[in-house]
Amino acid sequence: MVSVFFYLIAAVMVGAAIVVVTSRNVVRAALALIVVFAGVAAQFILLAAEFVAITQVLVYIGAIMVLMLFGIMLTRARIGRDVDATNDHWWSGVVTALLLLGVMAYALVDYYGGDKLPADRQINSIADSVGPSNTSTVSDSIFSQYLIPFEVVSVLLLAALVGAIVIARKDR
Amino acid sequence: MEELLINQFLLLGAILFCTGVYGVIARKNTVLVLMSIELILNAVNINLLTFGALTRDVAGSVFALFIIAVAAAEVGVGLAMVLIIYRNRSSVDLDDVDSMRG
Repeated sequence: MVSVFFYLIAAVMVGAAIVVVTSRNVVRAALALIVVFAGVAAQFILLAAEFVAITQVLVYIGAIMVLMLFGIMLTRARIGRDVDATNDHWWSGVVTALLLLGVMAYALVDYYGGDKLPADRQINSIADSVGPSNTSTVSDSIFSQYLIPFEVVSVLLLAALVGAIVIARKDR
Repeated sequence: MEELLINQFLLLGAILFCTGVYGVIARKNTVLVLMSIELILNAVNINLLTFGALTRDVAGSVFALFIIAVAAAEVGVGLAMVLIIYRNRSSVDLDDVDSMRG
């Protein structure tokens, strides 16, 4: 049953991802990207990582997509059809992507074959609540073992914020 | 209980990653290239969480969160750069940004 949901969501995600990279309409590509992000959040839930899934919805769908749409509007991309969204050597992109996919799929199938995920790391384990939940484990380890990387990410966000304001400012 | 395969998630990540790589190479519009980069980062997140589930290690979730934060910073700075390129050149086509071509 879970598998059926996985393949359903995965098919929608792959279809939407192909729309993102092939659509001639910039706004349609952005809306398809939202579908991909929502699908990724659903896959995180299937992997019993509910905290990351919620963060994905808040940050990606809530913040990053709004920024993207602002970028589209501010650069005044044509809202209708935009015929030259793909450049002349797109075929080299197809070749690169297919080669990369072939190599990765061969390596993955060769190494992992039919291996299964541990049962206590699947969606059913969220409701069981035998041990500590995933969210509390994540927060415990962020504020103990990974405290320094966490602080570094905070400083990085601050630097990016200041940098974005300085770069985009008009009066210079 | 029915169990999910590891390869289901890893192959989905691989497909998303390759779609993003195609987008980065083939797209002309800078905003569309940024979107393709987001696709790639999401594919990496799926892989990180799958390996985290496989090894029962919380590091997968923690680094996925770090990647989400870094992606937010990247989009902020990236879009600021796109805006200033648009302001200076009235175009966001990557083919037009070639002043450093040798």
